[in-house]
Amino acid sequence: MTGLRRFIRRHGWSYAFILPSLITFSVFVLAPVVWALVISFQEYSLVRGGRWMTPFYKNYLTAFTQFGGVFVSAIRNTLIYTVFTVTSNILVGLVLASLIQPLSHRLRTFFRAAYYLPAVTSALIIGLTWAYIFNAQWGFANYVLRLVGLPPVRWLSDPDIALGSVTLSAVLTVPATAVVLFSAAMGSIPREYYEAAELDGAGPIQRWWHITVPLIKSTTLYLVVIYTIASFEVFERIYVMVPSGVGNSTQTIVTQIYNNGFKDLNFGVASAQAFVLFVMIAAVAVVQFRLLRSDVEY
Amino acid sequence: MIEPIGHVRAGVRPAQPRRRSHGAAAWGKWAAVAVLVVTAVVALFPMYWLFANAFTPISGTPPLTPILVPAFRLDNFARLLGGTKYYANWMLNSLVVALAITAWHVIFDTMAGYAFAKRRFPGRNLLFWVLLSTLMIPVHVTLIPLYLITRRIGLVDTLGGVILPGTAVVFGIFLMRQYIQTLPSELEEAARVDGAGELRIFWEIILPLCKPAVASLAIFTFVRFWNDFLWPLIVLNTPQNYTLTVGVANLQGEFMTDWGVIFSGAALAALPTIVFFLAFQRYFLEGVRMGAIKG
Repeated sequence: MTGLRRFIRRHGWSYAFILPSLITFSVFVLAPVVWALVISFQEYSLVRGGRWMTPFYKNYLTAFTQFGGVFVSAIRNTLIYTVFTVTSNILVGLVLASLIQPLSHRLRTFFRAAYYLPAVTSALIIGLTWAYIFNAQWGFANYVLRLVGLPPVRWLSDPDIALGSVTLSAVLTVPATAVVLFSAAMGSIPREYYEAAELDGAGPIQRWWHITVPLIKSTTLYLVVIYTIASFEVFERIYVMVPSGVGNSTQTIVTQIYNNGFKDLNFGVASAQAFVLFVMIAAVAVVQFRLLRSDVEY
Repeated sequence: MIEPIGHVRAGVRPAQPRRRSHGAAAWGKWAAVAVLVVTAVVALFPMYWLFANAFTPISGTPPLTPILVPAFRLDNFARLLGGTKYYANWMLNSLVVALAITAWHVIFDTMAGYAFAKRRFPGRNLLFWVLLSTLMIPVHVTLIPLYLITRRIGLVDTLGGVILPGTAVVFGIFLMRQYIQTLPSELEEAARVDGAGELRIFWEIILPLCKPAVASLAIFTFVRFWNDFLWPLIVLNTPQNYTLTVGVANLQGEFMTDWGVIFSGAALAALPTIVFFLAFQRYFLEGVRMGAIKG
């Protein structure tokens, strides 16, 4: 028996099991990523294909300079949105999970389900619903303001406010994944720790701060990373809440990629912008790995 | 890497009964429940308002006093289904897309997860790490090449063009690998000794053992692709071929003044995943926990 035949007999099935996934992965993820990198250095036209540019980084330059620096505003808007959304999501998730934890099994299940329910609806429809709530004439937000005697606000059309309204809608959406994961992490902390601390005379807040919070650190870090990445990629919410944009004030990185790529068919610049997003996400991931390396497992 | 499921399961255990609490502690508990209830109301309000509006006859602009108690009438839905030629098409298209992608992942992610979890073969670790590392790549990077590839194989504006890239999501492989690692190998080895073929071992032993994880994966995948928006928006361009999300997004432009139609269209699009969640919430919440990748 030749070596190759023996190899196939021993390992053929293993490769057969992963082959379908590997094929679609190569065609629809791996090849596109490499191609996108190539296109980001090219002038790409649907008719003529790609042509290399001089200097090779011209698309990256254009990405940052075209239309009076709208991409810089987009990055700034995305970062503002991310800082507020991630901070509030982590804090709200932590507090809600902590409050749920001492409840009975049935109540815990109930609240986790109630918080998770909106998360199974598409981001598009959630965004659409918030667009209704923030409608200047008949939206619920202005109705509440009228009730307490305040003037109506142009939530989604005032350039100074629109980004804040979109961010507010994300802040007011309960972070479902955070509640579920924090809750699971808290449940797996050994009870003896709390009992020992209680014997030492630590109150509930002290026990929470000195036992719960440190022991769920890796979950916190994981959630910070996934929420940061999700916020960097915000699109649907913007797309339906401020469809035509309020000047530069509601542009985000992905709306810029979408506009340049699929409205203006400027594939080179859109790809360059996509790689800027990629680098930002990679940076977040690297920080996560660094922090986790020093993590203590229990 | 991936949180071991046994370890995570501990979180499901009900809290141990506490000693009879003092007055202050009981008071604190009620305060906590009050905070949780208020948050739940805030969390659920947008969905509630959407449905309340959808079930109250609105033609044109909604009233200035918000509709808080629905009239439970179907006028808006009737106008939606009578006025938009394609709403039924969109639902069917979304169903086809979500089901096809789900079927692919249930079968092939389990196969790949099994190979990565239980079988030793050259290149296993390298391949797994290549897959894992690409989880970090935002889909937005690949959109343009994906569009060009889809164009080249003639699938722009077809459901096939929506479905194919959906099969390349690697998340399920990790979920299944992580679950299958916790399964004992004895059954599989016994079957092998008895002369069962590899495919048979997979179909008759591995797949049935994976039922809970497969359920989570299936539900997750279905909901994710039912809700998917950006890629269908890019690849589909005639109204007849839209999926539900793209169609509903376009209602806003098409029926600028008839908010009743828009409300009912959005509510109807949200309904299946909500019903799905209420029916299978255990698998959902378990899936969230299983899908959490540590470090």
